[in-house]
Amino acid sequence: MSLTSEGADFRGRLAAGANPDLAEPSSASVGDYIALMKPRVMSLVVFTALVGLAVAPGSLHPLTGFTALLCIAVGAGAAGALNMWYDADIDAVMTRTARRPIPMGRVQPGEALAFGLTLAAFAVMVLGLLVNVLAAALLAFTVFYYVVVYTTWLKRSTPQNIVIGGAAGAFPPMIGWAAVTGSLSLEPVLLFMIIFFWTPPHFWALALYRIEDYARAGIPMLPVVAGDARTRLHIMLYTIVLVPLGIAPWALGYAGGLYGAVAVVTGAIMVVLSWQVLHERRPAERASRNLFAFSILYLFLLFATLLVERGWGGLIARLTA
Amino acid sequence: MGRANRPINGVSIRSTMSKQAKDDGVVLTEAQKRARRSRSIAIAVALAALVILFYVMTLVKGPMVLVRPI
Repeated sequence: MSLTSEGADFRGRLAAGANPDLAEPSSASVGDYIALMKPRVMSLVVFTALVGLAVAPGSLHPLTGFTALLCIAVGAGAAGALNMWYDADIDAVMTRTARRPIPMGRVQPGEALAFGLTLAAFAVMVLGLLVNVLAAALLAFTVFYYVVVYTTWLKRSTPQNIVIGGAAGAFPPMIGWAAVTGSLSLEPVLLFMIIFFWTPPHFWALALYRIEDYARAGIPMLPVVAGDARTRLHIMLYTIVLVPLGIAPWALGYAGGLYGAVAVVTGAIMVVLSWQVLHERRPAERASRNLFAFSILYLFLLFATLLVERGWGGLIARLTA
Repeated sequence: MGRANRPINGVSIRSTMSKQAKDDGVVLTEAQKRARRSRSIAIAVALAALVILFYVMTLVKGPMVLVRPI
């Protein structure tokens, strides 16, 4: 059975009023539940939260730091599961997502909902009890924002879905910072802003060469609604805002020369790649793919350099204290 | 009709047995049983990890475990 026909089958069952929860006993494996948590997204969330945690001033017992990261990871996984529960109908018709556990029938929607809610409650509760209340409140807000604001509202209603919804992915460094300090300041907000402005060029580059997928699912992504040329222009504009923000931690004295050099060089590459996307014409799509791939490396390099430069010494000192 | 199937209060034993077979509900396949077992083990491991985490964190924090600044 092709992916599209599987998706049509899933949508057909939903439209016919069939309750997938009552279909048959679950044969979901532990691996299916792990897949519900979007492990790749979770790894990026944990990494950015680790950077926020490592660069924050003050001391934190290594076990408390581990607990904070575990709760952030589980909270992110819960948000992923709840997203898959709500989006099962559109996941079924998109090539990129059709093999997820719910459209494939391996996990029933009700199971995903219960799993997500349970994990979210445990993650927030444990973070609040064992670390601090501010970090727990930020984690709760992040899960709420991703599931309710982005998934159930923005994603299907506006082409600005990933611009506004992208904030959910930008919160983890702030949670990591709050776990150490119990407060917030300009520096974690700057890290938030970097991820926030990184998200649109990253996802729009993907959407440019997955436009048929999004159109078939009826998601109003910018390329679907405003067209190809306008999306490329928006990618360029957001990149122009993103690059100075990437350099800002060095310019404001939060990071050293190594970070500044990495931010300038990789920022220049981002601008060049966005320029190529702006001037690319279909059916090439190569520039969009290049930008999408490099944008992941860009964010990783910025945060990894910050971790090495600012956080690594602090982390080692905390572990050996 | 033999004694074994004599109606008791108007209900025969045979009809009761056939109803019981129906009430057995859904019978799991071997794959479903294996999946359920693996899920149960995962839940047990997660709960045990949570207990250990709370225990160790209480030792680490000592009386400060009750202090949770905002």
